[in-house]
Amino acid sequence: MSVGLHHFLFVSLILFALGWFCVLTRRNAIGILMGVELILNSANVSYLAFARYSSGAYDGHVFAIFVIMLAAAEAAIGLAIVLGIYQTFHTIDVGATETLRG
Amino acid sequence: MSGLSIGDVVFYLLAAATLLSAGGVAFSPNIVYSAFSLMGTFMGVAGLYVLLAADFVAVIQVLIYVGGILVLTLFAVMLTHRIADVRISNRSVGSGVALVIMLLVGGLMGRAILTAPWKSVQVGAPAPTAAAIGNAFLREYALPFELASVVLLAALIGAVVLSRKELKD
Repeated sequence: MSVGLHHFLFVSLILFALGWFCVLTRRNAIGILMGVELILNSANVSYLAFARYSSGAYDGHVFAIFVIMLAAAEAAIGLAIVLGIYQTFHTIDVGATETLRG
Repeated sequence: MSGLSIGDVVFYLLAAATLLSAGGVAFSPNIVYSAFSLMGTFMGVAGLYVLLAADFVAVIQVLIYVGGILVLTLFAVMLTHRIADVRISNRSVGSGVALVIMLLVGGLMGRAILTAPWKSVQVGAPAPTAAAIGNAFLREYALPFELASVVLLAALIGAVVLSRKELKD
């Protein structure tokens, strides 16, 4: 069986699962952001696999570029927030930043 | 697996490299190793894009993810950590529950992948994609394209505001 849509979708699925595991278990804010990057990459692999094998058009490429653009904005803002948290709390453990918890 | 073509071999190698380094990101006890594994993942995904005949997106992936986001992440790691301390630097909790959730949802999604009747088209030879993407951006995706520039401007200003020092007056 030659490589086709299913192969790429399974790669995307495993990337998503690993990214989600990272988001669920990490207590380090930067680790959580890394998990989010893995999830966004898995979405992009799916977009491009469908663009290649299932539509033949370029819309998937356009969406992938939008996703990459938003990921860049997310990383810049997210890491700026993380640095702000570090200056305030002197840690980036998300369990320690609970000032607003009721 | 008798008729394994060279493209298939390249796919399996790239997929293995991508997923192994993604595993490193998810399971490494040291945040610095996680950050460097992330580079392997991004490069592997860029290779998969090339296999999917998406040359432009692959170049953008290398430029923005490896050249931008990864460097930002490494800066943040170096600026915020006593990086030698493993327990502080990358503690993880609730692995068992997360693993169960991950396997359940992953199994459901895998079943969906296998059973859904995906439409499929005849795959042509890889062709350059930049011109078609540029046309799409300036025709049917013109409004999202302009909105994206506004989002980027807002993110730029927001990051500056968040990370500057307060002026004492």
